[in-house]
Amino acid sequence: MSAMDTTHDAAPAARKARGALDAGVRARLRGDLAFRVLMLALSFIAIVPLGLILVYIIVRGASSINWQFLTELPKPIGESGGGISNAIVGTFILIAIASVISIPLGMLAGIFLSEQSKSRLGTVARLSVETLMGIPSIVLGIVAYSWLVRPLGHFSAISGGVALSMIMLPVITLATEETLLMIPVTLREAALALGASYPATILRIIVPSGMSGLVTGILLAVARGAGETAPLLFTAFGSPFMAVNISKPMESLPHTIFYYATSPYPEWQSLAWGASFVLLVVILALNIVTKLVTSRWKIQY
Amino acid sequence: MEDPVLNPVVPTPTIESQGVAPAAEPGIILEARNLVAGFDGKDVVKNVSLGVPAGRITAVMGPSGCGKTTFMRCINRMHELASNAHVHGQVLLDGEDVYRLNPILLRRRIGMVFQRPNPFPTMSIYDNVVAGYNLNGARMPRVERDRIVEETLRRVALWDEVKVSLYRRGTFLSGGQQQRLCIARAMAMKPEIILLDEPTSALDPKATAAIEELVVSLKGVVTIIQVTHNIPQAARISDFTAFIHLGELVEFGPTRTLFTVPKDKRTEEYLSGKFG
Repeated sequence: MSAMDTTHDAAPAARKARGALDAGVRARLRGDLAFRVLMLALSFIAIVPLGLILVYIIVRGASSINWQFLTELPKPIGESGGGISNAIVGTFILIAIASVISIPLGMLAGIFLSEQSKSRLGTVARLSVETLMGIPSIVLGIVAYSWLVRPLGHFSAISGGVALSMIMLPVITLATEETLLMIPVTLREAALALGASYPATILRIIVPSGMSGLVTGILLAVARGAGETAPLLFTAFGSPFMAVNISKPMESLPHTIFYYATSPYPEWQSLAWGASFVLLVVILALNIVTKLVTSRWKIQY
Repeated sequence: MEDPVLNPVVPTPTIESQGVAPAAEPGIILEARNLVAGFDGKDVVKNVSLGVPAGRITAVMGPSGCGKTTFMRCINRMHELASNAHVHGQVLLDGEDVYRLNPILLRRRIGMVFQRPNPFPTMSIYDNVVAGYNLNGARMPRVERDRIVEETLRRVALWDEVKVSLYRRGTFLSGGQQQRLCIARAMAMKPEIILLDEPTSALDPKATAAIEELVVSLKGVVTIIQVTHNIPQAARISDFTAFIHLGELVEFGPTRTLFTVPKDKRTEEYLSGKFG
């Protein structure tokens, strides 16, 4: 310390200059702190309502969850109890129909976009997919209605599945494209240089290398489709019975919530809370699985 | 002088290969005739004519951006994969014009190893070695596959290091091991020619020495064309050297002659470090 002091005494001008510098640094540190506090405060404001929603659904919904709730059909007004098994089964069937349509189509379109992004068809295709992504889900419901419900003359699960597939399709396509564009070009060259055909290179090298990203995109699309209500209102419609025939109307969790929550009966309203809770758990589970897939199946190049 | 890059533990093939006596002149396996190639209408390779001797190591050297990699990618028709690429002239493999062959079949006869090791990340070491067969849908009994894997890995001196971990991912290996795995992947197809595109540029000196030793040991088994901008490396391992500058073939000849008595002034300047 004494050596340092001597230096200071020896050069008062330098010390003064350093003092000015210190003041500048202190001001910047204060600025840093203020920004940090502001950031924390704003993120807190953003997170609190989300947390409250979750807590509210859990508090109101968890109380109506029991074995009977998950396995029984809804009861007529006046009778207590009853469950939402038809809606749980219905949601799974609707998602299955939508997945069968949208996963192959979406992945193929995504592969095409990643391969031919600069071609004219590629440009048009990407614009279409991005537009489809932005179309309100109720409009897609009307499209499915005019394509299937009107010609067939009645509501059906298949029309609901088609409506959901139009919601899932762009999510899968864009996720596939983005994933495949991140695969290093050297892998493709390695495969082609071995005499692999173009399809073999794409399907056996490029796609497997991006598998975690592809699965993530599919799961996110499923989570999105599982929560849609609007397009189901005039396609799958809803049914108080256990329906497994896909040409007949079918219940779904979002529709159950919509239907029961807007009813005047407290029993039904509590069923709606329970159904919300189930839907929340399903979507939460999908998101957690997505995170696990992304971290576990991560491929290093 | 102990620098492993300059003095690797390689059985330097000075006497026998750089040929006091290329006693029997090796036949020409690959010949480029007036080859012109480039991108967007701009020529990168300008009228290169060159005959590659069979079973020997031919180095293609030159400063960065001189067109040596493009030249090599014309040989196995990887160059034309870029949509803005063009190529004229002929490349003859055993007298057949490669531009008349099916590129897929051609690439099974001419293997390639890249600058950075690129084993397939989804495949085990085992599957990487036989990837060429699997990707081409070849059906063969398990024993046959096992035999190819062991034989090829022994050939690239990787067997002892990986025999206990054949079913682990190839990407777990070190950079040098990965590159040897990539050479094994190319060699497993029993190609006539193997193209090495600066295979040691991403490796440390020790791994570089191992690759050089391996390349020299492959001589006779396969014809090797190696691109490099590492002058000492070309001198150490190759039998013949082509010097390319600004897309033109400046000089081509036995490595020893080219390095000791270059005919062209540009070769001499490049070798003495005046440019590049």
